[in-house]
Amino acid sequence: MTHPTIRRIVLTVGAPISAVFFAVLLSSLFLLISGSSPFQAYIDMIENASRLETFVDILNEATPLYISAIAAAIGFRMNLFNIGVEGQYLLAAFFAAAVGGYFAGLPPVLHVTLILIVSVLVGAAYAGLAGALKVTRGINEVISTIMLNFIAVGGIIAWLIREWADDTGATNSGTTPIDESGRMPSLNGLLEVFTREISKGRELTGVLLIAILVGITYHLFINRTRIGFDFRASGYNPMAARAGGIPPKRMVMYAMLLSGGVAGLVGMSEVLSQRYKYDQSFIQGLGFNGIAIALLGRNNPVGIAIGALLFGFLNASSGILQITGSATPEIVQIMKGIIVLSAVIAYEAVRRVKLRDEARSAAEATERMSTEPEEALA
Amino acid sequence: MSPVDPVAPDLKPTLFERYAALSAPVRWMTSAAIGIFVLSLVQTVGRDDTTVLTEPGTAGAMLRFAVPILLAGLGGLFSERAGVVNIGLEGMMILGTWFGAWGTVNFGSPWAGLVCGLVGGALGGLLHAIATVSFGVDHIISGVAINILTPGLARFASDRLSEADRNSFPTKWEGGSITQSPRAGGLPKINVPYLAGGNDTYNLLGEIDDANIFFVSDVAGVLEGFMTQLSLFTVIAFALVPVSAVLLWKTRMGLRIRICGERPEAGESLGVNIYLYKYVGVIMSGAMAGLAGAFIVMELSNVYREGQTQGRGFIGLAALIFGNWRPVGIMLGSLLFGYPFVLALRDGDGVGTHALLLVIAIALTAVMAWSIRQANRTDATIAGGLAATVLLWWAMTDVAPDWLPNTMPYATVLLVLVFMSQRLRMPAADGQIYRKGE
Repeated sequence: MTHPTIRRIVLTVGAPISAVFFAVLLSSLFLLISGSSPFQAYIDMIENASRLETFVDILNEATPLYISAIAAAIGFRMNLFNIGVEGQYLLAAFFAAAVGGYFAGLPPVLHVTLILIVSVLVGAAYAGLAGALKVTRGINEVISTIMLNFIAVGGIIAWLIREWADDTGATNSGTTPIDESGRMPSLNGLLEVFTREISKGRELTGVLLIAILVGITYHLFINRTRIGFDFRASGYNPMAARAGGIPPKRMVMYAMLLSGGVAGLVGMSEVLSQRYKYDQSFIQGLGFNGIAIALLGRNNPVGIAIGALLFGFLNASSGILQITGSATPEIVQIMKGIIVLSAVIAYEAVRRVKLRDEARSAAEATERMSTEPEEALA
Repeated sequence: MSPVDPVAPDLKPTLFERYAALSAPVRWMTSAAIGIFVLSLVQTVGRDDTTVLTEPGTAGAMLRFAVPILLAGLGGLFSERAGVVNIGLEGMMILGTWFGAWGTVNFGSPWAGLVCGLVGGALGGLLHAIATVSFGVDHIISGVAINILTPGLARFASDRLSEADRNSFPTKWEGGSITQSPRAGGLPKINVPYLAGGNDTYNLLGEIDDANIFFVSDVAGVLEGFMTQLSLFTVIAFALVPVSAVLLWKTRMGLRIRICGERPEAGESLGVNIYLYKYVGVIMSGAMAGLAGAFIVMELSNVYREGQTQGRGFIGLAALIFGNWRPVGIMLGSLLFGYPFVLALRDGDGVGTHALLLVIAIALTAVMAWSIRQANRTDATIAGGLAATVLLWWAMTDVAPDWLPNTMPYATVLLVLVFMSQRLRMPAADGQIYRKGE
């Protein structure tokens, strides 16, 4: 029998790898059925990814996905499903862009800080609404956040975007563009220190730094603080946590506020370093993808980073497939779905194997304990 | 000696108790009549010059728009009664839209489209069942994954079809594109004879509607709308309400499905194959969602278009909760939640929706009165505050903004949950992962 530690490591790493492997296999099947060569498609994707410009694309795609996944993970740690990251980040981005566009000519650092603060507050407030409904009225957060998503996009934003529109006549009306002072500087210079000059007008978003900061803070908060411990305890066993003096309702509120606050930052790479405003074509769907990535990464900040990069790579690949014509770009979306589904199944299978291992080692230990005293007596 | 014992309860039944003692269909009909009465009252007495709220056309459209929500809600019912939460309904509905269009186009018959939509949705249900029942994956997680996967699948499939050069049976897609199918018409439509003038017979309800009698004409108008240009698909969908009720509460299979959602261990000990019946429930759930998708394609837009489900799967879930996990309640919820969508289409100037604000204010006032009776001060305060706000809104404006109808269903769900969540009862083992022998 293999060494238990090695076995554990193989099991832990094996689950996501086998999930990705399975997803590649199944996607190849899809490609074969549709008459494309899977090999050519994968070669195109990898060749494309090895370019520096694509690398920048991947990081830009991964940045908001990472923040969104961390937002979802904060909830998951407490067994709360914040399905509302979607609505929270859109609402937060909208208000932050509106405020950022309204104040022109502020000192640069102050301007960006103001936008960030607004986004965090709006995201937290909107998620806190769902938290309050759960705590005071016992409404399941999955249902309330789904409804709040629709109300945010179809109601609040649809209403205010016309009130505050920069140019009401334009077909794609949006908030007033943010002044130069409220834009996040790009990280091209930092990256070019290590590599060559980035061409094709690609700009590495400065929000990447915020994402990294969020990841580190999340790790420290969950693993190194008292309240983070309370979070995990409530997630593992709410009854025991309650008996241990952790107030469950307050924990729910904290978790929703924090999750929403982080969710507020999701739209920032778009607001601060790409679009500089909120308009009708603002990027949507990051919330649901974030949930998927949080699952892929098992709520672990490093795992989530890998998941976000994987999704970023897939997103960045759809363009090249379109250009070379080696496969239909939609395969990327299918791959994402299959990866998530097979990953959660693989994790569940591994969890059960581990439980069996634990039960066996516990049984062996008990056996030893019951035999040892007799040996001592003899 | 006092003639009345002060401790004895008041034996005269209150109005509410009398209402509660009525049989369920009578109760629902009374509620519907009260609803129409309030609508016609608002239209007649209120300052909004509109008849759109009770026009036959509005009523007919309400029925049509309620169907996808109703079917999704019934889908959720089968799944959650079997103990599996299904937020993948939206994704299964997307499969239903695509397969419904594909079937209609390729077999050239709407009936084939209906069956294909059903099968497509059922496949999505099967996937959900494999993940949640066999592998024990969290239900919400599996649902989210299905919602991510299915739009990609639909898009992939239409892309392949629109690029395929053959234009005969399985790949017929002429005139379609990657985001849209060729035209896919619906099932035959009928006007009910004698009541709504079908087959050139007498149009009784139409005559009453034209007579312009307060309330009576409005009821007739609504009924006329229900019976004019009535699609067989709509009839089938509403027939599924009693069918589901009988299936789940009067048959052996229904009892077994329900025990999966209430006490699976107890069922197991009685020899019920819990996994099997969970599979049955979730696959039926997918099939219903698929039908909902097919309905959207064939009856509402006559074409498959990307993103046309518009979150109706989630509203179906809301109708399920509103209806307290019961078929008739789901039907009522679907009519209620479908109504604002109709107004969004038919009420161009926003006057009708504006009048609806007054209806909401009246409803909230009723909730407040009820809460005061129940001595529930918190609820009374919340309801009173909201009622006053809505009333003020109604008084201060002349027309409703166009985003309001699209938001109303979701806001209604939240309001209903705020006041009713304590009275709702979901299946006891709903959402729990069941492992045999654990």
